[in-house]
Amino acid sequence: MRLNLQPIYLTPLVVSLFFCFSSLAYSAIDTFEFDNVAQEQLFYDLSKQLRCPKCQNQNIADSNAQLAKDLRNKTYELVRQGKSEQQVIDYMVARFGNFVRYDPPMTPATIFLWIGPLIFILLAFYFLLSQIKTQKKQNDPLDEQESARLQKMLAKKVGSDKKRREENKQ
Amino acid sequence: MANTRKKLFLSAPLVIFVIGIYFLAAPLFKGTDPRKLDSALVGQRVPSFTLQDLYNHEKQYDAAIFKGQKMLLNVWATWCPTCYAEHHFLNELAEQGVYIIGMNYKDERSKAIKWLTDLQDPYQISLFDKNGMLGLDLGVYGAPETYLIDSKGIIRYRHVGDLNKNNWQDTVLPRFNEME
Repeated sequence: MRLNLQPIYLTPLVVSLFFCFSSLAYSAIDTFEFDNVAQEQLFYDLSKQLRCPKCQNQNIADSNAQLAKDLRNKTYELVRQGKSEQQVIDYMVARFGNFVRYDPPMTPATIFLWIGPLIFILLAFYFLLSQIKTQKKQNDPLDEQESARLQKMLAKKVGSDKKRREENKQ
Repeated sequence: MANTRKKLFLSAPLVIFVIGIYFLAAPLFKGTDPRKLDSALVGQRVPSFTLQDLYNHEKQYDAAIFKGQKMLLNVWATWCPTCYAEHHFLNELAEQGVYIIGMNYKDERSKAIKWLTDLQDPYQISLFDKNGMLGLDLGVYGAPETYLIDSKGIIRYRHVGDLNKNNWQDTVLPRFNEME
């Protein structure tokens, strides 16, 4: 039997292929050419971790703002010049401040973000331990005097029980 | 004793909640605009550059023009509506004797010249930054922006958005007077 490959049967295939590739499409459309794959990868990494100062909750890869475009071009230029990831980030931070980084460094202003959770965990442990301690104390409901009295009573009872047993033997 | 401890312990979540609310709500009442960023260049010299004069492309300037007296550097463009709103107040400032250098940012020369001819020119010097080279080095992220530069050429403050009577009196003028 011959396979019937009329165009109509190909439509679903073409449509599904289209959707496959569309998810790979870059958000803002530019054409950049690179010397090698490493450079290209570096460029894409950088444009994802640099934040657009104008359109605040987008990275420069996603944004269509003119400024984001300029920053993409600058990033491309610096990458093509062979600058490292850190050098490009430093270049941007020197001009736009730490705001352009989606991965903020540890500074006096951000230190609480880093150690805050640790403080909470330590506090939680402290409360947990102190809670366990007080509960242990509460499990022993008699104070010293009371327990001494109890011991006495028990001793007496044991003594009188012995007597009774001896009497029963006779 | 044990009772007050228990009370303290139980009220901890409420206290933490209130502190959290304070940190979230305080900026709302102070009216801080998260879109306004502090310049990364405060305390630094104006970056070096070579730019043409807006009116005369044979005339060139470099960073030396920012020395000798305190001044404003105003970044503007004809594509920027807020710059239009601000322009009248810049004219007023210039009439009061404030030294202003203008930087025309990513614009067309002819449009910019027409703008200044029609609306009056408040600038002592007009730089023409066609490609936004100095703009990028200054960290300009939206026109208009106004930089306060002291007599040694050091950037002391950046105002983002239009200058008007209110914010000039409240925030910019005190800083301008403070500078040498």
